[in-house]
Amino acid sequence: MSAESDLTTGPLEYRSHEDRMTILGFWIFLGAEIALFSTLFATYAVMFGRTAKAPSPAELFELPMVLIMTFLLLTSSFTCGIAIHEMRRGSLKGLLTWLAVTLLLGLGFLGFEIYEFVHYAHEGATLPSSAFWSSFFVLTGTHGLHVLLGISWASLLIVQLRRRGLTQVTSRKMFVVGLYWHFLDVIWIFIFTSVYLIGMVV
Amino acid sequence: MLDFLLNEFLVTGDPLIYGAMVSMVLVSIAIVYVLTYFKKWGYLWREWLTTVDHKKIGIMYIIAAIAMLFRGGVDALLMRTQLTLPGMEFLNSQHYNEIFTTHGTIMIIFMAMPFLIGLMNFVVPLQIGARDVAFPFLNAVSFWSFAIGALLFNLSFVIGGSPDAGWTNYAPMAGPNLNPGPNINYYLIGLQISGIGTLATGINFLATILKMRAPGMTLMRMPIFTWSSLITSLIITFAFPILTVALALMTIDRIFGSQFFTLTGDGMPMMWANLFWLWGHPEVYIVILPAFGIFSEVISTFARKQLFGYKAMVWSMVIIAGLSFVVWVHHFFTMGAGAGVNSFFSITTMLISVPTGVKIFNWLGTMYKGKIRFDTPMLWALGFIPCFVLGGVTGVMLAMAAADYQYHNTYFLVAHFHNVLIAGTVFGCFAGLTFWYPKMFGHKMNETLGKISFWFFLIGFNVCFLPMYFLGFAGMPRRTYSIEPEWMPLNVVSSVGAVLMAVGFAVFVYNIYYSFRYSPRETQGDAWDGRALEWATTTPVPFYNFATVPKVEGPEAYWLMKQKGKTTYDKNNLEPIHMPSDSGVPFIMMAFMFVAGFGLVWEWMIVAIAGLIGVLACMFIRSFDYDHGFHVSVEEIKETEEKARREEK
Amino acid sequence: MKYRWGKYVALLAAALLLMIGSGCSDMTVLDPKGPVGESQRDLIVFSIIMMLFIVAVVMVALTYILVKFRERPDRGDKDYDPDHEGNTKLEIIWTVVPLIIVTALSVPTVITIFQLEEPPESSSDKEPLVVHATAADWKWFFSYPEQDIETVNYLHIPTDRAIEFRLSSADSMASLWIPALGGQKYNMAGMETKLYLQADEAGTYQGRNSNFTGTGFAEQTFDVHAEPAEEFESWVEETQQNAPELTQSEYDKLLAPGLLEEMEFSSTHLEYVDHGEMDGSDYLIERHQEAFEELPHLEGGRGVGDE
Repeated sequence: MSAESDLTTGPLEYRSHEDRMTILGFWIFLGAEIALFSTLFATYAVMFGRTAKAPSPAELFELPMVLIMTFLLLTSSFTCGIAIHEMRRGSLKGLLTWLAVTLLLGLGFLGFEIYEFVHYAHEGATLPSSAFWSSFFVLTGTHGLHVLLGISWASLLIVQLRRRGLTQVTSRKMFVVGLYWHFLDVIWIFIFTSVYLIGMVV
Repeated sequence: MLDFLLNEFLVTGDPLIYGAMVSMVLVSIAIVYVLTYFKKWGYLWREWLTTVDHKKIGIMYIIAAIAMLFRGGVDALLMRTQLTLPGMEFLNSQHYNEIFTTHGTIMIIFMAMPFLIGLMNFVVPLQIGARDVAFPFLNAVSFWSFAIGALLFNLSFVIGGSPDAGWTNYAPMAGPNLNPGPNINYYLIGLQISGIGTLATGINFLATILKMRAPGMTLMRMPIFTWSSLITSLIITFAFPILTVALALMTIDRIFGSQFFTLTGDGMPMMWANLFWLWGHPEVYIVILPAFGIFSEVISTFARKQLFGYKAMVWSMVIIAGLSFVVWVHHFFTMGAGAGVNSFFSITTMLISVPTGVKIFNWLGTMYKGKIRFDTPMLWALGFIPCFVLGGVTGVMLAMAAADYQYHNTYFLVAHFHNVLIAGTVFGCFAGLTFWYPKMFGHKMNETLGKISFWFFLIGFNVCFLPMYFLGFAGMPRRTYSIEPEWMPLNVVSSVGAVLMAVGFAVFVYNIYYSFRYSPRETQGDAWDGRALEWATTTPVPFYNFATVPKVEGPEAYWLMKQKGKTTYDKNNLEPIHMPSDSGVPFIMMAFMFVAGFGLVWEWMIVAIAGLIGVLACMFIRSFDYDHGFHVSVEEIKETEEKARREEK
Repeated sequence: MKYRWGKYVALLAAALLLMIGSGCSDMTVLDPKGPVGESQRDLIVFSIIMMLFIVAVVMVALTYILVKFRERPDRGDKDYDPDHEGNTKLEIIWTVVPLIIVTALSVPTVITIFQLEEPPESSSDKEPLVVHATAADWKWFFSYPEQDIETVNYLHIPTDRAIEFRLSSADSMASLWIPALGGQKYNMAGMETKLYLQADEAGTYQGRNSNFTGTGFAEQTFDVHAEPAEEFESWVEETQQNAPELTQSEYDKLLAPGLLEEMEFSSTHLEYVDHGEMDGSDYLIERHQEAFEELPHLEGGRGVGDE
């Protein structure tokens, strides 16, 4: 079903028309995800300050923990980039190693996020506490859920890579997961600045 | 347990609903019986439930949409009956509230959109000379998620009770404080499930149109319906995530106790109205732009002229799409956002009338110096122009915020949006269906019956909705289940119109049956002397659409091919065609989604989690599925084509 | 056969026209009784004239084209130009003219929008009368803080003086609308909106909630008695003297979802709660949450529930 012809050179994941289309489709999907997160950010901004009787964010947010989370996720984005680089070099082993590092860092991030949520709950800030805390938990929780989905998805890919090696299809899948992972990193940067930093100052 | 069944689970106590239950059960038994008796289960599974063919998916969308049009239409008739006379005791207020809510929701979400998406599905790949959409598997997922969402939503009628807060579902009335229970959950979950499918469709068609056009078809050579589908897909991709979030937030409010739109915990109910219309206004253009595309195709075909001002048509759609995201406040000028805000949104809203006006005049320009034939599709398009202009100018009146304070929430508004949505979208769907009907089913719809149904529907439509403008001026609020005596005369007129429309619809449906039995079969692919590529292939369309991929040398590709005597079948240049395999996974995955949705509606978390696990398992299976489809051999193509083209010669 | 059909169709059409004729006599919005409604009426009439012009242009052009360019046996290819693809001059005209029309409509619209945010000029010599209008499912409370009285489901206002409605809601979002006096605005929980209206003519006008609020929505109406200032003052005095006080427990009881008779009190609920402030938004929910689990089903037309 090709209106454009298949290539024999260039990155593996870009060679067939179908794969190029899938990658474009995924970019469009990321566009939709941006709209989704924008809505969540807008809701958070509107609900800011509506804390009712619950504690205010400035009382609970702690810079060190958030910095660790940021560090973990940013590093994972970097290692994910290295993994893709290894894939382009044709090294399955390098790819798998760096992908595993990426996922471990992602898991670390999730662990801290869960710890953070539990900690806030102990301090009296839970989902039903107030409009502000609802929007906080849903915004960061949606990001966390995306990270979890990304980890599960990449784990399935590891199995497929080990079984099939680097083919056009597996490398395209890997590339798409990479895009997704970097995207989550970008979203986190916005959460870090507009939720945590602003929340600590105001 | 029995107590729960009778008092909460099943809706009891109303003869209308008992009637509906009995008829639902009888219809289901009848369907199962017929399928078993004729041994059609395998056929149904192989040919329809597991298909990834865009043509079959399109047809399934359209069939479901017509069924939903029937359901929404019955709702409308019930409402008109209740409103005909003051003090009617036909429906009580609760029942009336449920019915106008389901009417609105079904007509927009489960009728207008799927009808148009169905037409897009069938037509767009053919128009761009492609063999399927970019992601056929995802397309099947889209369809089944729509079907499951619609099923869940309609189930509320007999199980648990229908949503009753209007199709806008405004908080706080629809929130957990003032409206606990499964009703509103049906709305939230039903729309969420089908909305995900719509989003996937948007992404799918963007990729399809951007990447799968036949060689030579530049963007500015695309048929105008494809253009309208492209822009619609773009709006879907950026508007539907907003709905997804809004629905999710209210669901979390209702099921997990968060405080987004609540009266407690410093919640902000008005945020719902903003989010809803941030999606809702673009949604209006999602259901009108494809209809514009259909009218453009139909008018150009039956005036037998090239479309007038093609570039202006394209750019006006782009501008409408852009403006559609910056007008949402006009749905609640009366919220007291302040004079500056209201002025801004008044002006942006009025500006939309400029590109829309350009389109109207370009359609007139298309017919100027044409040779106009009055076949049924053209009648719908011609009926559309004056009725839609009326809806458009009343839209401008509503956009004037200061005056809107008097129109808002009245029958003036009801009349306006029916004037644009019926004259625009419904006429568009009917025009599109009758226009592409021969391509879909191999025979035209009967012209006489088509004209009878058109005139009944057109006259009934105007008799029904014109009086409503005056009812608005007389102070009749929308959504009231009971009228004042002084509003009676106009309401009687309006109800008469509704009956005429119902007759028109009934004739339309009868026409489907009649044409199936008696219409002459099409012997060649080009039923109307068409202009775009969908007419270039044979009827019925082979599953691979085109034997050889057409080369496009200018706008109106098929018109040019006809002048040069070319076809899409080049016997000497055939190559094996790669096609995707059918899959049962989309259907099964969405069946699990139904379980999950039903569990969430009733807040039975175990059921919901079980359903979600099923959905994830299906995704898992799909991820490990390395089936890349199959190749159609040259011999098979030859055989199919010779058979289909034999009679042409 | 054809003739008989024709007769019925003509009869039906005549009956419908008669109905439309009798229905048009009563269009409150186009016959306002105060300056706010009048400015809106003027805007509406102006826009209707402009819009009828556009509709007429399209209809004439459409009819002309359909008649002239329809396919007919004797026409052949005369005037048929299949390659005619556009006309830049015409396209510019039909872009610019609508732009001019939109501008012509925008200017008075924006002016009126800003005007309506202020009390009407015709009574600028007097201070507006402040009335808090609070909606609750499915009734209206009108509190007069200066007079220290409160009414339920009806209100009195003086003529020729601006009324400053301060709108809020105890639960669902409602919309206060008195079509004879002017346009509406929303009543929302936890926030206050302001609406200026004024009656120039004495009389009793229909007011209602126009925004859907559920079961009792159709019954959520009230009467507005507009009367000269002296009569209004004497009504106020009479109410102050004869009506009972509104205690908090009485008010809490009245808030429960349901329909109410007309009532009057010699004090206001504002002493206990102002639903227009953020802390007031959960006042009703804290007292009546359970009442919303089982709502009454109202049968029949307006007023039935009052019995």
